[in-house]
Amino acid sequence: MNRATLKKPQPVELAHEAGSRSHHFHGGLRLRHNKTISCLDPVVRPPLPELLVVPLLQHAGDVAEPFVRVGERVLKGQQIGQCQPCAAIHSPVSGRVEALENRPMSHPSGQPGPCVVIRPDGLERWVELKPVRLWENASPETLIAKIRDCGLAGLGGAVFPTHAKMRDGRNRKIHTLILNGSECEPYISCDEMLMREQADKIILGARVLRRALGAERVLIAIGDPMEAVQKALTRSVKLAECKSISVVKVTPIYPEGGERQLIQALTGLEVPAGGRPSDLGLICQNVATAAAVADAVVEGRPLIERYITLTGNGISHPRNFQALLGTPYSHLVAACGGYTNGVARLVIGGPMMGYSIASDEAPVVKASNCLLALTRSDIADPQPEMPCIRCGECARVCPAMLLPQQLHLQIRTGLWDQVQEYGLSACIECGCCDYVCPSHIPLVEWFRYGKGEQRKRALEIEASELARRRFEGRETRLLRLQQEQLEKMTRKKHALKDKAQRDSRIRDSIARAESRHGETGGSADDT
Amino acid sequence: MAKQGDLRMTRSFETGGAPHLPPRTTVAAVMLQVLLALVPGVLAYTWFFGPGMLIQIMLATVFALLFEALMLRWRGRSLKPFINDYSAVVTAVLFALCIPPLAPWWISCIAMLFAIGFAKHLYGGLGQNVFNPAMVGYVVVLISFPQVMTAWLPPLALAEYSPGLVDSLAIIFTGQFPATGGWDMLTQATPLDTLKTGVESGRMLSEISNSPIFGDYGGMGWEWIAIWFGLGGFFLLYKRTINWHVPVAVIGTVILFSLPFWLAAPSSNPFPLQHVFSGGLVLAAFFIATDPVSGCASNRGRLIFGAGVGIITLVIRRWGGYPDGVAFAVLLMNMAAPLIDRYTRPRMYGE
Repeated sequence: MNRATLKKPQPVELAHEAGSRSHHFHGGLRLRHNKTISCLDPVVRPPLPELLVVPLLQHAGDVAEPFVRVGERVLKGQQIGQCQPCAAIHSPVSGRVEALENRPMSHPSGQPGPCVVIRPDGLERWVELKPVRLWENASPETLIAKIRDCGLAGLGGAVFPTHAKMRDGRNRKIHTLILNGSECEPYISCDEMLMREQADKIILGARVLRRALGAERVLIAIGDPMEAVQKALTRSVKLAECKSISVVKVTPIYPEGGERQLIQALTGLEVPAGGRPSDLGLICQNVATAAAVADAVVEGRPLIERYITLTGNGISHPRNFQALLGTPYSHLVAACGGYTNGVARLVIGGPMMGYSIASDEAPVVKASNCLLALTRSDIADPQPEMPCIRCGECARVCPAMLLPQQLHLQIRTGLWDQVQEYGLSACIECGCCDYVCPSHIPLVEWFRYGKGEQRKRALEIEASELARRRFEGRETRLLRLQQEQLEKMTRKKHALKDKAQRDSRIRDSIARAESRHGETGGSADDT
Repeated sequence: MAKQGDLRMTRSFETGGAPHLPPRTTVAAVMLQVLLALVPGVLAYTWFFGPGMLIQIMLATVFALLFEALMLRWRGRSLKPFINDYSAVVTAVLFALCIPPLAPWWISCIAMLFAIGFAKHLYGGLGQNVFNPAMVGYVVVLISFPQVMTAWLPPLALAEYSPGLVDSLAIIFTGQFPATGGWDMLTQATPLDTLKTGVESGRMLSEISNSPIFGDYGGMGWEWIAIWFGLGGFFLLYKRTINWHVPVAVIGTVILFSLPFWLAAPSSNPFPLQHVFSGGLVLAAFFIATDPVSGCASNRGRLIFGAGVGIITLVIRRWGGYPDGVAFAVLLMNMAAPLIDRYTRPRMYGE
């Protein structure tokens, strides 16, 4: 795809127009937003829980290595875990490490994982904070290093380590930073509340990010009905006297907050298949990530808390909290009045892409944007899965313009080459196809399974390729050895032959000498 | 176990896959919508041809459900989600709309045996059939019993005698003709039939069209039935149950393809709109060729599929041995659908 963008430089130029007018992307759904119920109260910090559970696995990748031992005292903001490619993990409170053990995590797998359990001492003693002094003049490298050390990861839900994304963007000439505040999933309102209440911080973070990237301008994309948000952001932009930051509205058609769909809605351009937004000179960050960047760089504060929405008909008083990472969900639920009677399912994230958890014991993590408690009537009874009738509704709503029905069939029958050709890897798992399917086929589940199989196959192919190369290497090595042996032998043979000739020559000359001797004298000592 | 005590009382929940929303629709709802969309056409049919059609719909539905249940039982599947998904009913109604209103009862029985038993369940049941079941059933009886299948009633307005409900029942179930007359008096060739035999015997089109069985464009009554089916089709389009691609391709191709013939020799080739409003073309364009299971998956594929149906229909009408070729056209294109799908994969995002 790089070749294509090199040949035609227009897309990047066109991408400069981002946000000047609104565009459409394929498919998508108009969903009921259900956001208002959780936006009525201002955001507060819940009371300190008795125990905080910080999972060492916060995003796709490796489990972080803990720095602390059981019984050790930690300060608020002290780093307690790190693994090389991922974001650092910090203690959300000052207190004592109670345990290092496997606990239920907020993870789609539902499996318990390694966690640091901390009992807060209630003193809230901070570790010494080291902000970047005069960030306006700091080098991008310094800023990105600070972002890494403060453990920042995409707070929109994907939790991709921010520093890695920034570094990639830095290398690839970014002209526009897009701050994603469109929050397309129903029910979730944590970004909306953050933009309303902490607009200044977001703008500050946007400026830091822009400097770190060397971008020309910043676009803050918000959903269309967010009037209060627009007012707050515009006022903050004015206050910051920053002309390169603009606020744009995008039409709320789910999943307009998906990175690729948002880019299409803003620019009319598609990110090349297999490529990244940086191919167009664009980079996307969540608004909450921008606020966390401001905290990290300007105040030196690591990522230890986030906005989270508690909502749904299963919650007594839906609202948003600014919760410490590691706070058990049950604690937050209690802080907003507990469950209602009909609560039937707990979902982390929104109803389209969220995953359900079996126990509310699990803690808040960097990815937790919403705890959605649904009642029986919200989810309805599970429907029997019927055969696909190929109605094509899934293809009509697919924002990646795939043919989900064909992919589903191909995955089920194991036609992996066709799966590849029909672009399974481009699926963003938004769940639109799942939602509209009249046969209630769990399409996204099949697609996740298919992607797993594809990865496995790719690894197998790689392994067999490696084995082949190793085998061929061995063969040539053996052949070479054999040849060398052969050469050695022939050399030896020649040498022997030479020696034999020499010997025979010597013998001849001895014989000749002897015969001469015999002729001159007796042959008494002849044997 | 101090740790456990420290935590607040926690609760367990059942889990389930996303999306965590009530499903937007069901197979049964989709099929019901199709049935609902057929109502105006069926009423128009009854208006012009009497109650025979309603009896045929009942009969076919009963046989379809019977064979559906038998096949499900035989295949060891549960009856519950399948017998009430209405897919067999849709097949039955579409079939009944294709046969003469006074065809004997065993026609439905044989057709539904082939439609549901062979075309649907032997291929793997709902969603797995290569061919449109209703058309398979129709073609089987059309080929096997040509005489019965071409014995159409004249529109009520032209009939010397029109059978009421009781007479229709008697004719369908016993084959007994009412005292007033025999088959010859009761039935008549369809307008398409008349057209074909007329043109083949060398008469001018204008001469043939003077026959009272013709209306403004199609046959008398037929054009109105087509319009009401078209209206049902628009309802399905509005409800997004079907895409515009197939109906537009079928009707558009028929018009485009028949226009040069008509322009070249208007005396022996019907006006394009006459093709559209005759026979089962509109019904097929909106209800039969749009069957997603046996059709194409991509929009481009649907356009090709529809165009194929249109062209083959015209070819059969013009040069084939049958007055109408829609059923054959649909089945032939069903065969081509997987291949068309193979070559019309739509562009993906970013491709």
